[in-house]
Amino acid sequence: MRRLLDLLGPATLRDLLLVNVAVGLVGVSYGAITVGAGFEIWVPTLMSIVVFGGASQFLFTGLIAAGASPIAAVAAGALVNARHLPFGFALADTVSKRPWLGGYLMIDEVVAFALAQRDPARRRLVFFTCGAMLWTFWNVGALLGGLLGQAIPDTDAWGLDAAFPAVLLALVMPAMRQARIRNASLLGAVIALALTPFVPAGLAVLCALAALLVVRPHRAADAGTDAGTGGTA
Amino acid sequence: MISPMTLIISAVVLGAFTYGFRVAGPLLHGRMAPSPQTQEWMTSAATVLLVALCVTSAFADGKEWSDPARPIAVAVAGLAAWFRAPFLVVVLIAAVTAAVIRLVT
Repeated sequence: MRRLLDLLGPATLRDLLLVNVAVGLVGVSYGAITVGAGFEIWVPTLMSIVVFGGASQFLFTGLIAAGASPIAAVAAGALVNARHLPFGFALADTVSKRPWLGGYLMIDEVVAFALAQRDPARRRLVFFTCGAMLWTFWNVGALLGGLLGQAIPDTDAWGLDAAFPAVLLALVMPAMRQARIRNASLLGAVIALALTPFVPAGLAVLCALAALLVVRPHRAADAGTDAGTGGTA
Repeated sequence: MISPMTLIISAVVLGAFTYGFRVAGPLLHGRMAPSPQTQEWMTSAATVLLVALCVTSAFADGKEWSDPARPIAVAVAGLAAWFRAPFLVVVLIAAVTAAVIRLVT
């Protein structure tokens, strides 16, 4: 343990702790919001262990709570986590000795931390240390949040219902600085809102993807390539 | 809401998809990476979904519109996020704003 701390160095350790505390608190909000939405206390913990991906967990339980079908919720959650596919290819060498464990721990924050390290040995060390810490903080946070959500009878009076969309907004804000993705997202939001009174909640959210047919967020489409063929790559 | 068994099965299926996406790269040793276009489309689609869920959960419960406090609170929090306030601050601003609006109205 002592040796591990020496290897990481004080600056990296401080950054690791800050990220872990933040993620732990988002875990608390996930547990509290999920239980506040009417789920039983074991649901946030089950999701956090089985899925271990914040955005998809919020999306999945949010859709189910809004009355969406389980298939729609699984599809939406899987689409959100499809962004992890390229992470696996970027970090294939880093986790080559323990691919099964490395794949399980491969969440956004771990990937960001690991990719910031140049030296391969150090990158491996940071990946598994950060992954183990985040797994612990996220799960303890979700459990504590679930207990908190149970203890507070009226979560709306505490504004917890506003915390969920705010978490999503904070997650997507970095991407909103790119005009193309912002435009597609805004159009998608309008579509989802317009359909909300008429279709089941989960379906309205999935229909937002139609925006990608109108606003093509990738450069290839602008250059005149037909996105449907995808033959250039 | 759905039955506990359906919920558990759905969670396991989502977990399996998620794990499959993450472990594919390490198991293929970095070969056969998806094309940059595909990667970019997946990133955009994920963002569009998250934003759509954000606005629908800010403005509605199922098919019913919510009270004004929630969308106002989310808008204030969004402003804070745009100006790069820390994650936690954004979430706290949303909760406190909604709670205060409900307290005074």
